[in-house]
Amino acid sequence: MLPEALPEEASHPSTSPSRKFQKVCDILAKHEHRASRLIPILQAVQEEYRYLPEEVMTYLATSLHIPPAEVYGVATFYSHFALAPKGKHVLRLCDGTACHVKRSIPILEALRSKLRVSEAKPTTDDLLFTVETVSCLGACGLAPVLVVNDQVHGQVTPEAACAIVDEIAAKETAQ
Amino acid sequence: MSAEAVVEINGRKVPIEGERNVLEVIRKANIDLPTFCYHSQLSAYGACRLCLVDIEGRGIVSSCSLSPEPGAKIRTHTPELREMRRMTLELLLANHEMNCPTCPKSADCQLQELARRLGVNTVRFKRTHAPKPVDTSSPFLLRDPGKCVLCGDCVRMCKEVQGIGAIDFAFRGAAVSVVPAFGKNLDQVECVGCGQCASVCPTAALTVKSDVAKVYAALADKNAEVVAQIAPAVRVALGEAYGLPAGTVATGQIVAALKALGFARVYDTAYSADLTVLEETHEFLGRKTKNEKLPHLTSCCPAWVRFVEQYYPKWIKHLSSCKSPQQMLGSVIKAEGAPDGKHLVVVSVMPCTAKKGEAGLDKFRSGDCQDVDVVLTTQELVRMIDEGGLRFDQLEPDSLDSPFGLKTGAGLLFGASGGVSEAVLRQAAEELGAARDGLAAFQSVRGDQGVREVAISVGGNPLKLAVVSGLANAKALLARVESGAVEYDLIEVMACPGGCVNGAGNPVRKNKDTIAARAKGLYHADKMLDLHRSSENHEVKTYYERVLGDVGGKKAHALLHTTYQSRARIDGAALKLVEGSQPAALAVTVCVGTSCHVRGAQTLLRKLITQVETAGIADTVDIQASFCHEACDQGPTVVVGGTTLHRTTADQAFAAVLAALQTKAAPDDRVLHG
Amino acid sequence: MTTGTVITQESLTKEGLAYQSAAGGAERRLIICAGTGCVAGGALEVYSEFVRAISAAGIDVVTELRPEAPPLPGFVHVSRSGCQGFCQMGPLATVLPDGILYTRVKKGDVAEIVESTLKHGKAVERLLYVDKSAKRSCRGIAEIPFYQAQHRFVLKECGVIDPDSLPEYLAKEGYQAACRAYTRMTPQSICAEIDKAGLRGRGGGGFPTGRKWEAARAQPAGTKYVICNGDEGDPGAFMDRSVMEGNPHSVIEGMMIAARGVGASEGFVYVRAEYPLAVRRVRKAVEDAKRAGLLGQNLFGTNFSLDITVMEGAGAFVCGEETALIASIEGKRGMPAPKPPFPAQSGLWGKPTVINNVETLASVPRILNMGAESFRTLGSRTSPGTKTFALTGHVVNTGLIEVAFGATLRDIVFGVGGGVTTDDGSAMSEMKAVQIGGPSGGCLVPDHLDLSLDFDSLRGIGAMVGSGGLVVMNRDTCMVSMARFFMQFTQNESCGKCVLCREGTKQMLALLDDIIEGRATLGTLDLLEKLARTVQKGSLCGLGKTAPNPVLSMTRLFREEYLAHVVEKRCPAGRCKALLRPHVIPAKCKGCGVCIKACPTSAIRGEKRQVHVIDETLCTKCGACAKACRLGAIEGVA
Repeated sequence: MLPEALPEEASHPSTSPSRKFQKVCDILAKHEHRASRLIPILQAVQEEYRYLPEEVMTYLATSLHIPPAEVYGVATFYSHFALAPKGKHVLRLCDGTACHVKRSIPILEALRSKLRVSEAKPTTDDLLFTVETVSCLGACGLAPVLVVNDQVHGQVTPEAACAIVDEIAAKETAQ
Repeated sequence: MSAEAVVEINGRKVPIEGERNVLEVIRKANIDLPTFCYHSQLSAYGACRLCLVDIEGRGIVSSCSLSPEPGAKIRTHTPELREMRRMTLELLLANHEMNCPTCPKSADCQLQELARRLGVNTVRFKRTHAPKPVDTSSPFLLRDPGKCVLCGDCVRMCKEVQGIGAIDFAFRGAAVSVVPAFGKNLDQVECVGCGQCASVCPTAALTVKSDVAKVYAALADKNAEVVAQIAPAVRVALGEAYGLPAGTVATGQIVAALKALGFARVYDTAYSADLTVLEETHEFLGRKTKNEKLPHLTSCCPAWVRFVEQYYPKWIKHLSSCKSPQQMLGSVIKAEGAPDGKHLVVVSVMPCTAKKGEAGLDKFRSGDCQDVDVVLTTQELVRMIDEGGLRFDQLEPDSLDSPFGLKTGAGLLFGASGGVSEAVLRQAAEELGAARDGLAAFQSVRGDQGVREVAISVGGNPLKLAVVSGLANAKALLARVESGAVEYDLIEVMACPGGCVNGAGNPVRKNKDTIAARAKGLYHADKMLDLHRSSENHEVKTYYERVLGDVGGKKAHALLHTTYQSRARIDGAALKLVEGSQPAALAVTVCVGTSCHVRGAQTLLRKLITQVETAGIADTVDIQASFCHEACDQGPTVVVGGTTLHRTTADQAFAAVLAALQTKAAPDDRVLHG
Repeated sequence: MTTGTVITQESLTKEGLAYQSAAGGAERRLIICAGTGCVAGGALEVYSEFVRAISAAGIDVVTELRPEAPPLPGFVHVSRSGCQGFCQMGPLATVLPDGILYTRVKKGDVAEIVESTLKHGKAVERLLYVDKSAKRSCRGIAEIPFYQAQHRFVLKECGVIDPDSLPEYLAKEGYQAACRAYTRMTPQSICAEIDKAGLRGRGGGGFPTGRKWEAARAQPAGTKYVICNGDEGDPGAFMDRSVMEGNPHSVIEGMMIAARGVGASEGFVYVRAEYPLAVRRVRKAVEDAKRAGLLGQNLFGTNFSLDITVMEGAGAFVCGEETALIASIEGKRGMPAPKPPFPAQSGLWGKPTVINNVETLASVPRILNMGAESFRTLGSRTSPGTKTFALTGHVVNTGLIEVAFGATLRDIVFGVGGGVTTDDGSAMSEMKAVQIGGPSGGCLVPDHLDLSLDFDSLRGIGAMVGSGGLVVMNRDTCMVSMARFFMQFTQNESCGKCVLCREGTKQMLALLDDIIEGRATLGTLDLLEKLARTVQKGSLCGLGKTAPNPVLSMTRLFREEYLAHVVEKRCPAGRCKALLRPHVIPAKCKGCGVCIKACPTSAIRGEKRQVHVIDETLCTKCGACAKACRLGAIEGVA
């Protein structure tokens, strides 16, 4: 998530489904098929797929010998786990106390209005952008903070946030 | 601190006598502290916050989770605690679908009762949650999340006592809900239908699915001859709804009620239980002689059967091929036929929710109708009796009809855990030439522990039996058998702890004493009958002579026996792994369900994909990893086009793929064994 | 250090000296702050540019100092450090031995710094911090009031050492205390020493650490666990993050001592997934320590072992609660369990478990090194030592600070913080309140400015130290909507297990909404307080028990403001949109019609040169009219 250089074994999400499935099997093996490692397993699987597909969760349940309802219960408990695909570019706006008192809400409203998304439907239809709030990234000295993919932007304004979105959208159409 | 093991409750000294928690001590002192989530059979949860007490020096804590400490000064009903309890109930009521008059749990609902008991006469809070849809998909249960108080008893029951975990909490905070996996319907997941979740549910969030409308429709049909069969466990429990003590045998009144409602004839499932005993003992002794398919597993509990089909495919061949008494009697009655012009409708009255699913299985269909058309639980019959305006406790008892109304005490025993085993032992004793009056010895299978081991000698033959109730216990026992730690000749499993008397269809306001009393009622009834051995049932003997021929013979097999199959645990979408770009790509599916997984399906899949990609044919095939083709003991299973390969390897599967791609002819449905 | 050889105090000292000797060959040391805040400001580009520029200038650059292969003297040691705390002035760069602190350093400034400072020892004036009130520029931290008013104890090496360098940690007495704990102390004496020092849990509970360890130690021998709680979920708190990023070895050493004290051989560090840098740094520190033989089997030549696993959280604030954290490590939903039994008796997998906060553990090695008595000279009598705080909100200097217990609120807000500002920080303002302890804490008001802050004094006024988040709020803050903000947070993070927290917080939120949107009566306020007290007393875990704190604290301290909302339907701070009543001030209105044109809903009527009137039923309170009016004749707008 942070711009510091990632270590050697940076994994680039592979595109082929069979490669991804292979990765799932590897993840399970790495965690010795232990049910107590469910959370790190789900985190690693989500890295691969960008969300947690139902079939994959069923496969994890079968492999770990735990009921699928339990896997579902864990996946829906923690905010990090996404059960629907996220956009290619994830915009995380901090709404922690420090950012909130420095007026993060107008930024959120501006982004949501611009991209025509909402709390219930945070991802654009073309799966390009997801707008979500986080409860504190620990960069409070730079409030209000917006993280776009891995980039942390501090002291953001609604206008600056929209400009960032425009820039990304322009790059996407150019490709 | 006092050296005596004593606590002070509301100023009164109460001794600690090995209770697990403060709540039990308080209840022993005759103060019925209210709770939702506390259940003596389940782990302490601490969520409902109703059992809060004020302990000097400690403050306000939940009494269900605290071990009793000598010298503790406990107050249970301070003004503050009373206000807190009321507020807790108001918070629950604010978002509860309050339609008490039309609710199936009305007058039996703990939320309603507590609101009354605690003097809640207003709800000061607004509704904040959106209404949730009702799940009517399951044949066994009705799920209404709007009535759920999130006590978690159902979750813990399904996981801890039944070892399944088909439902669990999902989401967080105010959005928490108890759901099957992925929010699917109950009939799409591993639920075996035991209904124990409903039996512990304090509200109407989980109730028995009602089939009363179907019965009324049949009774109103002039062309239908509606007959009933009553299970043993029903007669010792139904009376409780009318103030009769648990264990009172109310058969006569139940028959009278059914006749008054319009049933043409009323039979006794204990009759076919006798049939079951004869068939199953013959089968069991046969296996014992040939030393095959041991341990023998009983098969009269449909939840247990489903459990085996889903989780233990290797054990399917150990199940007795006998149908359950309910199904046997259904087949027998239908085979007899109906009086001219009419069609028969068989309604069974059961203590059990799983029986609803069993009756609806395709394999129990002959012609255009099921052998058992409708299953009514005890609770539903009570509803019908009430609606019919019948004063149950004042009804003149009536007798069961011939020929299927006669039973021996052995047949009655089926309602209690250990009953099937005891009945089989009595019959086995006869067939093995043991002494005629040694019946008392077989009572060693009785008891209330969830797992009982019995080593017994029958006519000089040593037999080892295990009697289990509760599916988590069954799981543990099978693990020990598989590991070789123990060995048995026969294992009886009932899904409901204590056996059918504790079925989810019976009245659910009960405790351990109620269950024990119901079982005792059956044992008493057995004692009071003249016949105790199934072979003494002369109506059954006549039926063999007239229709079936030999015990275990061909005709008996056709009518009274059945087969089993592996079942998938969850309706799940497959994982698409290789997507062929060509329009008519060959569909290849590899099963990665647990059994196949254990047999190396994952490795097979990996190898197959590599082979396909290396050969450069990836764009002509679609490879998916799917869950359960219900051929679990023949895995790994791979489907190539229309051909299913069992016990196959990656190389064989790959060869099949190549062959299928070459032959553009229509694939034929063949099953190939590796 | 090679595995196989026994590590002793002597060998550790030797390693430390070797590092110092190698480091001594440096001409200069350049420390670039690489805490999350400075990184967001471009610190990593600054770092890379320094490395490139210094090298290009023909000077040897060393970024990783390895004592086993010391570089030739005359080099410049460039390293990245953890958070230096002065977040608003980042990116920060420190030059030693000159003692110069450069602020707001950009890539483009690097060339000048290399030329002036590294080559010629001259400071670049424009990049120095300017103390506005004293009207002078400060060369280094010794002159900056923000730093001067602090007592950096746990944070001593954060912002100085290279967190990825085990050798540098050893040079700062690293692992000496752990070595002594394993080879020269007994578990009892360790617990006793920490108890004597009076160390209290820094995660919020303030429970005496020594007593917690002793409770676990006293359990029958067998499997035991130590867990470091790095799930700092309080919004506005980033102290633990800074310690984990800036000095991860101090946390590990603290865990080792805890493990020795209770008899555990397995430990976990549970870090929020929102802190990927902290996760990485702690993981690396664990690996380095393992490779060096400091973790694993036969620690310091004894029969004891310790393995540490780093686990990431998955986004649940409630997992900061001990029993919920344990459930999470066990792979389950993070739902708390009733206490008692406490984790010290029955915790992870039912075994005795000690869970300590990051800051608590990081304090432990220092306490053992300086001695309990010495530690007690810091802070107050019942709360010895210091506390880190994340000072944020409407204050001049936001950032990570550390002060001794007993410091006053005035010392922090005005001394370290530099005073209260407006929302956008452009001008000064008055202090209305300071929220302490995050969404579970209470409020401090100007009356408390001279209160000596420690665990007990705060509890006495209905507040709590909590994890250490301090949010300063100026007079334009609406205390009702702040209470609502906090309630929304805790309500969102409620696990949903117990009725009181799950339903109670939701209903409190609904009642606060009623107040904010003008639907409330006095009965609403009464019900809110009653409900708050019930939730506080009856909830299952700490989250539920403390969730009502902001409400209870604010309705008491700002009762007038609440009553204004309820009775007068008026928001004194002018924030609650629903209660705004934009109106024209007749005396100032000239009837020019500019506002009528600006209004999107045609809610303003008025003839030319007549006083205009706003129709409340049509007004959407957008504020366009007030913006348009050049005479300031419209008020009651946000």
